[in-house]
Amino acid sequence: MLKKNFRMILDFEKPIVELEKKIAEMEEYARETGVDLSEDIQRLQKKVEGLRKDVYQKLTPWQRVQLARHPDRPYTLDYIQRITQDFLELHGDRYFADDPAMIAGIGRIDDFRVAIIGHQKGRDVKENLYRNFGMSNPEGYRKALRIMQLAAKMNMPVITFIDTPGAYPGIGAEERGQAEAIAKNLREMSRLPVPIIITIIGEGASGGALGIGVGDVILMMENCWYSVISPEGCAAILWRDNAKAPQAAEAMKLTAPDLLELGIIDKIIPEPDGGAHWDWDAAASTLKKYLLEELRRLVQIPTDELVAKRVEKFSKMGYWKEA
Amino acid sequence: MDWFKRKKGISSGEKKAIPDGLWVKCNKCGEIIYRRELQKRMYVCPKCEYHFRVTSKEYIDYYFDANSFEEFAQNIKPVDPLKFKDKKKYSDRLKEAQKKTGLNDAVVTGDARINGMPIVAAVMDFSFIGGSMGSVVGEKISRAIDRAREKRVPLIIVTASGGARMMEGAISLMQLAKTSAKLAQLSEAGIPYIAILTDPTTGGTTASFAMLGDIHIAEPGALIGFAGQRVIKQTIGQDLPEGFQTAEFVLEHGFVDMIVHRHEMHRTLARLLKILWYAEMPLPANSNNGNGSAEKASLDKATINKLK
Repeated sequence: MLKKNFRMILDFEKPIVELEKKIAEMEEYARETGVDLSEDIQRLQKKVEGLRKDVYQKLTPWQRVQLARHPDRPYTLDYIQRITQDFLELHGDRYFADDPAMIAGIGRIDDFRVAIIGHQKGRDVKENLYRNFGMSNPEGYRKALRIMQLAAKMNMPVITFIDTPGAYPGIGAEERGQAEAIAKNLREMSRLPVPIIITIIGEGASGGALGIGVGDVILMMENCWYSVISPEGCAAILWRDNAKAPQAAEAMKLTAPDLLELGIIDKIIPEPDGGAHWDWDAAASTLKKYLLEELRRLVQIPTDELVAKRVEKFSKMGYWKEA
Repeated sequence: MDWFKRKKGISSGEKKAIPDGLWVKCNKCGEIIYRRELQKRMYVCPKCEYHFRVTSKEYIDYYFDANSFEEFAQNIKPVDPLKFKDKKKYSDRLKEAQKKTGLNDAVVTGDARINGMPIVAAVMDFSFIGGSMGSVVGEKISRAIDRAREKRVPLIIVTASGGARMMEGAISLMQLAKTSAKLAQLSEAGIPYIAILTDPTTGGTTASFAMLGDIHIAEPGALIGFAGQRVIKQTIGQDLPEGFQTAEFVLEHGFVDMIVHRHEMHRTLARLLKILWYAEMPLPANSNNGNGSAEKASLDKATINKLK
């Protein structure tokens, strides 16, 4: 099942990985010596399956945060590669710069022409420096809006992938209006006259995530988190202690099942056993299935109705009492 | 030795907006000012013109016509949707803040007038959990926006907020989208919206309605920005330039239209409202800006004249 020899293993993944290693060793031994170990192997395989179910069905919110951040998880470009045809990446906000932390482009998903926008993390140190760890500057949000408006003009649905630890907190970002760039995207996305499908594919932190997160339907992959601040940030402010991040993750209700219950997201996209990082192709194919389903449904809704429903969807969000 | 240890204060977000006592020390120049004198000067230091943080009550007094403010949506109250608990329960924090401020939550909404000109106003209050935006702030601001659109009168929002309220998690994040979507509708209806940015305006509040005004006015010296200064410092690993994220900095970088002294705010708002909405001037005959707002505006002025 392992795709490559080196993989970062999270603590709670270790027992599973070790058992799998043992099975592989036994298979190897059986092949080499011709000794029949099939019964033992089958027994162990059952054990692995049981263990996997056990671990992954009882993930704590903090474990989900770790899975969402797993360095082997597929990122925006990995999905784009697997689900689109003829994808062309487009660059630049036409004001200041191109932002490599935000991907924008146009292409096809089977029968649909679409624009795709998404945060992009890097796989290693060098690439992460280039991608700024998936933290966009204002240019990223402005590029995203430019391509969304192109999509509106060309009557193409918009698909966005959220995967960011937050909008970049830097001096230049403040000078060039990080808040203004995000705010404008929120306003313009709320009235964009084409369908918008949002999917959280990894981390969804705060305004940096929401800046490409207003749409007609909000999907979330199973092992992701989405909230107003990172668990570490929340812990630092409310507990005055970064190490309390696991408690903060618990309190913030940031997992997909929690957010579905709260009415923040619409659907959870199941991931391959153990998480999307174990099988990119399977994860991408499930994602594609869900996107196509939403595309087929949304393109049939008249534009006015679509936009009105979108505004209504967000208007309803919130909990209060009125005496 | 317990008595020797300094008791840790609660979060800075819950500091008293206005210092108690007969004498007040200016945060900027250190001048000791007689409290009555400071009140008379709208909590602006007579020596260095430093603008003290004040509550929604003062802003309503300072910015709008005397006794013109009529509150609406005052019965919307917060709940604790996540049953959130850090060192303290969110429900307890709410109770304490309500007791301390006499408010239900961090924004007050109402109809008001400026030189007799009707407006709809939402005034945030930093003394209520740092002016943070949760469901109630989002809902009340949304209702104020809807009301301005329905009544066809200008909207004024006074911001004083640390950002979204963490104790409501993703729900508070969604208030950014909610209020921004409502502002898109207001904009399409051709109604002007003035945002007044006071100290402080940061985080999710800046990244939504505070940056979506037709006109942005800042109070002098106000902290205005997106990311917190501590976070930026940690990220870039160097000190921040002097005056970073002040009203003056934001003006220089093109994100506010003007900085207006508290004593001049009422007059400035009156001038803006008159030109943008209430002046009796001939309209361009050929204004085909697509949404026909000019026509709607002239209709509306006629109704307002009847009201007068």
